[in-house]
Amino acid sequence: MRIPILRLERILLVSIQVDLTDNDAMQFQSDLVERVAEIEALGVAIDITALDVVDSYMARVINDTANMVRLLGAEVVICGIQPFVALTLIEMGRGLLGADCAFNLSQALEMLKRRIAERGDTRFIGDEDV
Amino acid sequence: MSEPLDPASLPIRSTLDIVTARHAARELCERLGFGKADQTRLATAVSELARNVIQYAGVGTCLIEDESDAHSRRIQVRIEDQGPGIPNLELALTDGYSTSGGLGAGLPGTRRLTDVFQIESVPGSTRVTIALVKPR
Repeated sequence: MRIPILRLERILLVSIQVDLTDNDAMQFQSDLVERVAEIEALGVAIDITALDVVDSYMARVINDTANMVRLLGAEVVICGIQPFVALTLIEMGRGLLGADCAFNLSQALEMLKRRIAERGDTRFIGDEDV
Repeated sequence: MSEPLDPASLPIRSTLDIVTARHAARELCERLGFGKADQTRLATAVSELARNVIQYAGVGTCLIEDESDAHSRRIQVRIEDQGPGIPNLELALTDGYSTSGGLGAGLPGTRRLTDVFQIESVPGSTRVTIALVKPR
């Protein structure tokens, strides 16, 4: 099971639509990091609306992936965390998810564009609205 | 009082079984009338424990049972393996402690998610029992 990675100019959109096995999660991580480097992405939005369980392993994979993407030079926002997933993650312990979050994909995109603009990289996006 | 729902007995042999086990736990939890928050808590707890089995013992079993009675609804999950056991239980239940490079949130996190949390571990046998209980 491979997670499709969509490209919108130099922003990458990933929507995790199925419950991932550990192997799927690792595959997703390396696919995304590779793609970010390949196109020198400026931003990545990861939508996890469809995940109804995020255990400590999955939380770590998401966190690590976000940090890897940042190391490469891109901004990253996680979006769509289900309310009961948020509740469970916080009850389990602090610091399980350290990345920045948004309610949905459109908010995540807004956040990314704003941040990329702050960095002065607007010329790469090709979006007049920024 | 209605008959208890059928138990689910599942093998834990691969990471795919972790997904199967947490789905089964959520399903029974839902059929017993637990809300979405409890379904998510139990599914997450089962996921943590099943992963421990894969990581430390390789194989094990997961038994999900309806233990409801006249006074309360109760869903119990027992996860067992014949692995090396947990050498230092107290330490394993401490936040941030991990022997596997994980977050160290597994066991202490699971304990916080469930109403009942029992663990027995000796070399060759580890058994974790968790349950959610709600008055009728």
